[in-house]
Amino acid sequence: MLQFKHVAAALTRRMIMAAALVAAAAVVTAAAATMSVQVKDAPVRATPSFVGKVVGALAYGDQVEIQQTQGAWSKVAGAGVSGWMHTSALSSKKIVLAAGQKQANVAASGDELALAGKGFNSDVEAQFKAGHKDIDFTWINRMEKIRISAAEMQVFLQNGGVTPKEGGAK
Amino acid sequence: MNMLYRAAILPLCALALAGLPACQTMDTLSEVGAGVAVATGVATPQQGQSIKKAGSAVGKTFESITPEQEYYIGRTVGAMVLNQYKPLDNKAANNYLNVLGQTLAQFSDRPETFGGYHFLVMETEDVNAFSAPGGLIFISRGMIRCCQNEDALAAVLAHEIGHVELQHGLQAISKSRMTSALTILATESAKSFGGQELAQLTEAFEGSITDITSTMMNNGYSRGFERQADSAAVTILQRSGYDPNGLIAMLTQMKKQLKPGGHDFAKTHPSPDSRIEDIAKLVGPATPIVSPAARQARFQAAAGKI
Repeated sequence: MLQFKHVAAALTRRMIMAAALVAAAAVVTAAAATMSVQVKDAPVRATPSFVGKVVGALAYGDQVEIQQTQGAWSKVAGAGVSGWMHTSALSSKKIVLAAGQKQANVAASGDELALAGKGFNSDVEAQFKAGHKDIDFTWINRMEKIRISAAEMQVFLQNGGVTPKEGGAK
Repeated sequence: MNMLYRAAILPLCALALAGLPACQTMDTLSEVGAGVAVATGVATPQQGQSIKKAGSAVGKTFESITPEQEYYIGRTVGAMVLNQYKPLDNKAANNYLNVLGQTLAQFSDRPETFGGYHFLVMETEDVNAFSAPGGLIFISRGMIRCCQNEDALAAVLAHEIGHVELQHGLQAISKSRMTSALTILATESAKSFGGQELAQLTEAFEGSITDITSTMMNNGYSRGFERQADSAAVTILQRSGYDPNGLIAMLTQMKKQLKPGGHDFAKTHPSPDSRIEDIAKLVGPATPIVSPAARQARFQAAAGKI
């Protein structure tokens, strides 16, 4: 408040502009502190490293508070889980799973919101399949089900004598 | 209705923009277009707002594609690959490829994609490998036979992971296609798409798939993209603890197996020699790969089934 008075007293056009810029920057920083999970599901780890123990998982659209960052890893808390996530799983946009009209209008500008299931989605895939009966998705569905757990990966590396550099993904 | 007023506004935009430099942003274009449209009563203020939003989306590139949309593009690109190449129906072989590949992906700069990384062997002697956007990766039997150890196979997978990480597939989508898709997306509301929009969107989707598959399977990526993928592969191999010389070893072996003028890797990739030269700059002079016995044994057991 005092600061505002000070600025207002000076009242030069330039200073008002500068104050506006500072305010805008502050908003950006605050907005960046909350992020959304942008993948189907992603592991949360005890330490900022691929070799860190998996302590939980977060799902698409879950919102998390960013408490700390270290390289490409963020310490997050949200949806009852806290720990480290790789930033490739996170988006600064708020992901809305079932949007109302109001949110949709905001999302159309594309900068603050992302609507889940919008655009190239399962409806479009279904439409594509209807027009291309010769294209078979059986094996695509089958390969998507092959998921290797973090524990299996660790055993695989150890048994093969493969020693990762500390930290894994940077 | 949408189409009608868009059609009416386009000539206005063109007029208003005639005097602007070519690289003027699309934001400006839509501001001007929307302003003119509202002022002349062609569009209501609300519609004008919607045009502005569409315009700001048009100014964006492949980066506007969300990981979820990338996932759906990748699924269909993958299905197109498998329409041309038969998958190898061997659980043990595919499982080995996934343990190795999914582990390597964790060490990339993009360990998390919407649907994750998944790998499959293609039953063909062609020397080939494809990566669909989002992380569906296909490796031919012929390619696996170019690998004499796990480090070399890891190098092949890491190169493909590199293409996914750097979104090279999405960048093959033509600009005009991207523009039309993003315009539909930006003007539409949250309601599920009606028949007409869904048809338009599906058309843009089909076109995007064709752009990607024809680049990936027929023309090949640019040499610059291949170099980037090799460089990403070296990083992944170094972080994970595999020998980056695996990439050079694989390319050396591939050189012997590729038939000049063949319709596989020979057609879509720069010559192995030129790639080896570039990789050597990153990893230093080639040294022989020393594979512990257990690693070599499991590689041979799996590759023997392929």
